[in-house]
Amino acid sequence: MDVDDSVSVRVNGEHRRVPGGTSVAEMVNLMGLDPLRVAVERNLEVIPRSTLGQVCVEDGDDYEIVHFVGGG
Amino acid sequence: MTAQQDIKADTWTVAGRTFSSRLIVGTGKYKSFEENAAAVEASGAEIVTVAVRRVNIADPKQPMLTDFIDPKKITYLPNTAGCFTADDAIRTLRLAREAGGWNLVKLEVLGEAKTLYPDMRETLRATEVLVKEGFEPMVYCVDDPIAAKQLEEAGAVAIMPLGAPIGSGLGIQNRVTIRLIVEGARVPVLVDAGVGTASDAAVAMELGCDGVLMNTAIAEAKDPVLMARAMKAAVEAGRLSYLAGRMQKRRYADPSSPLAGLI
Repeated sequence: MDVDDSVSVRVNGEHRRVPGGTSVAEMVNLMGLDPLRVAVERNLEVIPRSTLGQVCVEDGDDYEIVHFVGGG
Repeated sequence: MTAQQDIKADTWTVAGRTFSSRLIVGTGKYKSFEENAAAVEASGAEIVTVAVRRVNIADPKQPMLTDFIDPKKITYLPNTAGCFTADDAIRTLRLAREAGGWNLVKLEVLGEAKTLYPDMRETLRATEVLVKEGFEPMVYCVDDPIAAKQLEEAGAVAIMPLGAPIGSGLGIQNRVTIRLIVEGARVPVLVDAGVGTASDAAVAMELGCDGVLMNTAIAEAKDPVLMARAMKAAVEAGRLSYLAGRMQKRRYADPSSPLAGLI
């Protein structure tokens, strides 16, 4: 654990630091995103939207945050 | 019953959901969200396909598709475009289900970038897994009646054979196999991919398909909104023509005016 108590994660392939003890829902909000309009995968497992507020971000987590875009 | 009411009553049902429009449109390749929304409106489509992609975390306030096409009014059909393995497609649709909250999805597993032809071995494997997980996959496939049957047996809720390669606009290349698929299927059959212009859509419907799915034919038209209207009319015309039952073909002429009473 780092001195400043933050944890290191990857989000959509990019490195990010978030405060320790943050929930996934809080992390999504911190990034300026609406948790109701995205889906979150954590270490290759989809997190049900209903539990985003209960799952705690852990050091080394790898997240994919996706949404719907135009497509055929 | 008037003809107008007849048209209204001509609905189709996929996985327990009933729709009156037989045209499904994509939401890719448009110049703007506004143009895309106007084309969807003009097409009369009740279902649009959408892709699942990473959010731009560098610029999270960018406008989103859902701001322009309301998922409460139009059914979003998430696709797996760009997936070349069953595992990638399954992973994408698990996320799509969480993002949208529904099980009706479009599965496509591509075999190669050049033709974007489906990889049927991976497609079938993905269908089996998805069905076990409670998904209702509408499946993009080759225009092969045997492959279509296997997908149906695996639990595909709709069979969606290509008319021609994705984005090619070449029109229905093999009417015989599309018709064979229609005759053999107990789930809806929709031509997906290859439609270039309105007459192609009419052909698909005249072959007895339950619907047509297209993206590029509308999005890359000079006037996409006008083409969307054309496609709506073509799908309706083709459907009515199929229901009406076309005349038999003859090798020679047959006069339309009576020969009796000729001066």
